[in-house]
Amino acid sequence: MPKEVTIADIMRVLEEYDVVELDDVRIEGDVEIELSTGVAVPPSLINALQSSIGVQVSPEVTAGERIENLVEAKFEVAKAEWNGQIEEVTIGASSSDGGTREKTVTIGGEKSLPFYNFDYQMPHPPVITVDCFDISIPLAKAVRGHYQDVMEDPGEWAKKNVHEFGADMVTIHLISTDPLIKDTPAREAAKTVEEVLQAVKVPIVIGGSGNPDKDPEVLEAAAEAAEGERCLIASANLNMDYERIAKAAQDYGHVILSWTQLDINAQKTLNRYLFKLGVPRGDIVIDPTTAALGYGLDYAFTNIERMRISALRGDADLAFPISCGITNAWGAREAWMKYSPIREDSDWGPAVNRGPIYEIMTGLTLGIAGGDMFMMMHPEAASAVKRVTQMLFGSEETADKEIMIKDWVKWKCK
Amino acid sequence: MKISSPMEIWKYLPGTNCGKCGEKTCLAFASLLKERKKKLEDCPPLFEPEYADKGKNLAELLAPEVREVEIGVGARAMKIGGEDVMYRHELTFFNRTALTYDVWDTMNSEDLRERIERITKWQKFYVGTFLNVDAIAVRSVSDDARTFAECVKAISAQTDFPLVLCSFNANVIEEGLKEVSDRNPLIYAANENNWKDFLDIAKRYEVPVTLFSPDLDMLNRLALTFSSAGVEDLVLDPGTYPTGKGLEETFSRFVRIRRAGIEEGNKGIAYPLMSVPLTAWIDGDGDKAEDALSSSYWEGIIADLFIIKYADIMILHSIEPHLLIPERTLVANLYTDPRRPVSVEPGLREIGNPTADESPLFVTTNFALTYYTVESDLNSNKIDSYLMVVDTEGIGVESAVAGGQLNAESFKDTLESFDVESKVKHKTMVIPGLAARLSGETEDVTGWTVFVGPRDSGRIPGWMESNWPPKNAH
Repeated sequence: MPKEVTIADIMRVLEEYDVVELDDVRIEGDVEIELSTGVAVPPSLINALQSSIGVQVSPEVTAGERIENLVEAKFEVAKAEWNGQIEEVTIGASSSDGGTREKTVTIGGEKSLPFYNFDYQMPHPPVITVDCFDISIPLAKAVRGHYQDVMEDPGEWAKKNVHEFGADMVTIHLISTDPLIKDTPAREAAKTVEEVLQAVKVPIVIGGSGNPDKDPEVLEAAAEAAEGERCLIASANLNMDYERIAKAAQDYGHVILSWTQLDINAQKTLNRYLFKLGVPRGDIVIDPTTAALGYGLDYAFTNIERMRISALRGDADLAFPISCGITNAWGAREAWMKYSPIREDSDWGPAVNRGPIYEIMTGLTLGIAGGDMFMMMHPEAASAVKRVTQMLFGSEETADKEIMIKDWVKWKCK
Repeated sequence: MKISSPMEIWKYLPGTNCGKCGEKTCLAFASLLKERKKKLEDCPPLFEPEYADKGKNLAELLAPEVREVEIGVGARAMKIGGEDVMYRHELTFFNRTALTYDVWDTMNSEDLRERIERITKWQKFYVGTFLNVDAIAVRSVSDDARTFAECVKAISAQTDFPLVLCSFNANVIEEGLKEVSDRNPLIYAANENNWKDFLDIAKRYEVPVTLFSPDLDMLNRLALTFSSAGVEDLVLDPGTYPTGKGLEETFSRFVRIRRAGIEEGNKGIAYPLMSVPLTAWIDGDGDKAEDALSSSYWEGIIADLFIIKYADIMILHSIEPHLLIPERTLVANLYTDPRRPVSVEPGLREIGNPTADESPLFVTTNFALTYYTVESDLNSNKIDSYLMVVDTEGIGVESAVAGGQLNAESFKDTLESFDVESKVKHKTMVIPGLAARLSGETEDVTGWTVFVGPRDSGRIPGWMESNWPPKNAH
């Protein structure tokens, strides 16, 4: 083995003999020269080295070896292979299937994590269903402005969601049926559902008030009124008579939303109960609960991500499309409160700017975790989430604008 | 890390159970090392000559999959990278995404000073602490070395925040670097054209350096070239295209690089990643977008995507509060250790110096986030009060009302379990506005007077003005 010679060694030798130039010197074999920092290299030596071994050393460089070529390499990474596949669920029925919807919506079918098209192309982009209510409700100022004119009329409200805000679907929340709100009878709530079905031709979600005692009756009547339309009935929950709701959904041809609260085991349990009741797998969507940015979003994110990964690994109990109630984002005080209640906080800026981005970030975050359907409220938030998820899904073949990111450093803002 | 069980770690420890690490046994210490809850430095004997070899081997085995890179110096220094998992529930994410906001060298000195002030002084209270942002990126728009150096000098005189010096022109970078060579800034960026000069600079000044290329073969080559030359404090920028197909592909690059590093152990590319959501502001002409609010939302969207997958540092432009607040909150959420408990102990807490006859009794759930929010609102506004924490199995108010964990019975149980009546003489409780529907039944079941508080505890001060003390006090 040849001894390793450092440049310092060479220098010492050269200096010792007062050499200025090397003639007829050939060095054979692999040459590795390391110039350590802080060693001043005299120009004479650089010249000597250049002439003797053909190493290009720029004279400006006072220290540091000059590598001439990049290491050759190719970036490679394997595709992720999963065993499981998410159930594909269609919501809405057209006339050929016994309904009156002009279009239907299909979600699920994934064989990879959301937007991991490099593993397996996502089969359907996430869809957005925009909320409307059967009663005028208190809304954050930033939202209220968009719905002020239709709050007394669920049909008009639904129309606005579709025609003005481009909603893929509409959710009608029958919250006035809650005995503690207005105790609207189930019969009347069913009429509201009919009204909405008349008003719009997109698939709809029918939501109860969340009252576990009243919801079974209300959702049963609503399911009957919407027979054959293949609505999403929201929702069955472990703490209520989910059997009655599941049965109604089946009898009248609907899809059921299986809702649990941030608990992966409860979700498996409820889904198994639904299987036992004979609900076909293609008629189930799950809602593992949405928490707002800053108010439990990390739990919701990880809960959904874990469910989706378990499903892809083959856990059939969890292999269902996921619906997320993104409107919950407005529960975050930062989304609507005028000033910070904490005195030491920096200025929060106008609330009207904060609300939509809270809804957007809550939605997109859960979309990346595994959400297939977003229930949303603010029109601009809904369209922004739609736009970015479409892009990630791969709907666009080219960049919609050629953006020169190579020059971003020099970007001139006003 | 390359370790799958504490036993593997234990083999390298002294095995003397000396207790200097604070644990009773070496095995207990080993399992905490595995969970990254303790550091090798907590075991002093490992650094004695007798165990030095074992210690060195163990350090290598415990090294995180993604290299950890430090930027800045002193108390302000930040670490990025150092991650071990693809999904936070597998362990936790460690070094939060460093949010870096831009300034540029063509700003006049007054604007510059003000912008730096806003960035460095920004704070937002969240779950018991104040959130701040992390660093400042200085862009050379002038492309003039002297202009850039003067700008860097002015900034460094004003703040000790970590800096990212940005230009593809090596001369510009070097002049700037001379002003802050003792501050360990990150330089940005070497690419396929200028890499030789950047490599020289990184070696001579011993600073971390960013490598830029959306072509992953090129990025890999740059990284291997730098690391084989001994420059290993690298940050990789695979390019952030903010829209369309470019965005889809950007997302793919971030995920695949991290996968190669963590799942496939490809050390050659296992470095911290940088995303630049600022690109959301650039349109085809390079002018400011017409609609600033929409552009700011789009920047927030790009930030959201890459905070989650898998940027370790990002450069952003807007410093409007409607972006700073959610961006920094999202980072806090994603980088919270998922192993920490969801709930706090139920019970009766005292805020300030409450008195049994006059101070209000507020009620909340034992979901940690809800609890800390209410508690900080009461504390920050200096409201002497009692806070009764109901066991809702760690679920927040709205969900617990819907799910039945918060109801008249659970109020009654809590009152009795913690003997609240002996401390709060007025027998009046203020329940959350989101639990308003429970008020009647709760009065019937508990015999207490129930007031409905605001829907958000941030409004308690205003609520107090018109509702407390009660007009018809008992």
